[in-house]
Amino acid sequence: MSRGARRVGIAALALMVISAITVMVVMRPWSTGSSSDLRALPGQAAGQAPIASAASNAPNALLARGAYLARAGNCAGCHTARGGEPYAGGRPIVTPFGTVYTSNLTPDPETGLGAWTPDDFWRAMHEGRSRDGRALTPAFPYTEFTRMTRADADAIHAWLRSLSPVRAPNRPNALRFPWNQPLLTELWRLVYFRPTAFVPDDARDAAFNRGAYLVEVLGHCGACHTARDSLGGAEGVPLAGAELAELGWYAPSLLGNREAAVGQWTQDETLEWLATGINRHAIAAGPMAAVVTGSLQYLERSDLQSMAVYLQAIALPDSGGPRVQGLGRKIVLPSAGDPMLAGGERLYAKHCAECHGDKGELAAPGYPPLAGNRLFAMNSPVNAIRAVLHGGFAPATAAKPRPFSMPPFGPQLDDREIAAIVTWLRNTWGQRGTRVEARQVNALRSVPAD
Amino acid sequence: MALAALALKPLPARAIDPVGPGAAFNAATSSIASTPGAGAPSEAADTLARRLAACTSCHGPQGRASPEGYLPRIAGKPAGYLYNQLRQFREGRRAVPVMTWMVDRLPDPYLLEMAQYFAAQHPPYPRPQTVTLDAAARERGRLLVTNGDASRSVPACTACHGTALLGAQPAIPGLLGLPQDYLNAQLGAWREGVRNAVAPDCMATIAKRLAPQDIAAITGWLASQPVPAGARAAMSLPADMPLECGGLAP
Repeated sequence: MSRGARRVGIAALALMVISAITVMVVMRPWSTGSSSDLRALPGQAAGQAPIASAASNAPNALLARGAYLARAGNCAGCHTARGGEPYAGGRPIVTPFGTVYTSNLTPDPETGLGAWTPDDFWRAMHEGRSRDGRALTPAFPYTEFTRMTRADADAIHAWLRSLSPVRAPNRPNALRFPWNQPLLTELWRLVYFRPTAFVPDDARDAAFNRGAYLVEVLGHCGACHTARDSLGGAEGVPLAGAELAELGWYAPSLLGNREAAVGQWTQDETLEWLATGINRHAIAAGPMAAVVTGSLQYLERSDLQSMAVYLQAIALPDSGGPRVQGLGRKIVLPSAGDPMLAGGERLYAKHCAECHGDKGELAAPGYPPLAGNRLFAMNSPVNAIRAVLHGGFAPATAAKPRPFSMPPFGPQLDDREIAAIVTWLRNTWGQRGTRVEARQVNALRSVPAD
Repeated sequence: MALAALALKPLPARAIDPVGPGAAFNAATSSIASTPGAGAPSEAADTLARRLAACTSCHGPQGRASPEGYLPRIAGKPAGYLYNQLRQFREGRRAVPVMTWMVDRLPDPYLLEMAQYFAAQHPPYPRPQTVTLDAAARERGRLLVTNGDASRSVPACTACHGTALLGAQPAIPGLLGLPQDYLNAQLGAWREGVRNAVAPDCMATIAKRLAPQDIAAITGWLASQPVPAGARAAMSLPADMPLECGGLAP
């Protein structure tokens, strides 16, 4: 029995035993299980007026602080639909358990947070409970935000209340059974969640602790970079990398220098990467590019420096092997005579060398060359496959507003050809990595490009 | 010809990325830029064309995609039109996942620069497609394109897209030199609501007034028209447009 299946079994048993207790403890009148039905309650007008006037009296410094913290937490990244009003929600978040539609954070009294007090907002961030007491779906990363300071939560709340209200009713989540059952969320919380506070490490300096707070709490990096078990709870070493299967991306390890750790970068290189997603070693792509453009590029230099200090401190010494983690797994490396390598080398010469150079040495100014590029050293080949399949532009930021782009080769090359190219790139110029199979390429052809 | 056109409309040459205001790490970039070092990778030429390699890999060098494929030629289309489309893709109003992926989160000034770049390209048009269309349908197509159908309040294509059908500055696209499949898909997308412009969406209104056989006649006729050498989008339209088009707003 696999570990995941065992967990499901345990959880099912626990569900039966604990459900009665849970109901007694929580004493919530569960309705149909849609996580939005309660959100649609009419606004409770009595509570609104004083809160609104409180918001208008909020000092500018508090609002500026809240705006900055909302950037650092990238609230808009999830709470804004494509082409929609900022913070009005409606963006689909695809999870292994179904789709969650983000909520309206603007102060509209009926469809947004208009009726929410600072205490309500604090409870959502710290305890993961909505204004009515209902447990929020952990797709909202309250597992990370729980350690946010009350002052930061209050500042974000004050700033959200200063936005123009947008009338945008929340869309019901489309979670599969049993994940659409509020009781299961309560149970999940018993197993995986405790409200807790950020405790600075007194043995470390202020920069380290600020960096830890930014990475682990506000930036909620673990939401992607920490692996999940079959029930969606954090699993294994935090920030050690995770497949984002529904998105078709891999969130590389922030601990391993062969992946996304910054242990071998200078602080300037780390700052450049955090603020622009581009340096001479690596380019941010996909969800990370969104984090750079929507959040990190706006952070104060001192905060980026703190993040760099923290990220450099958590980087592990290089293991020298093809993998930093997953050591228990069987690793199949292609043999020297694997025809896939010869095929990949031939295809590289035909399709890639013109721009990237015969030895992978060419790069746009300030961009990473392919030779020695960590994109091909990662445990997972997913991001490398996507780079070839879908191409795309590097992140555009205030400092680098005209990024270079890579053509999509999906229309030109078949699955086997792309698998061969990536396999070869994972096994040349000093790299050593697992074979890529055509089916892995094929699976990524159909992931949502959005 | 293309080179001459480029010479007439030179794009601003920019050797390095301008550094925008407000970026916290400016000092970091400048220190890196000033220390190329022995270990620095060889750098490829920094031209806009190279930055836009993703565009030209599908739309052809200079954006000259021919009617042999499905993808539209973008070379020489008015910059305002191209810019508007890039924004529509980014905001999800046009449902073309690969284009949304490409322009996702790119800032307006860069999209405008791309639009201006391709608008300034004028490679020669290839011979038109050979289109299978019987004589009656061909004549029906010609009439709809040049006269419209007053009985259904369908204006002539030429009323907005120019008498030469090569578009009008600043934001109306030409209709010639495009694959019939592409033209069919656009009119179909407007009918079905998967291609949208800012309201009022004039082309959606018109497409919904057309019968499927009308669409085939129009696109077949358009796709079989040769494009005269040196032809360009009109600088202006001779008369007011018959419909209001929100998508043309700046």
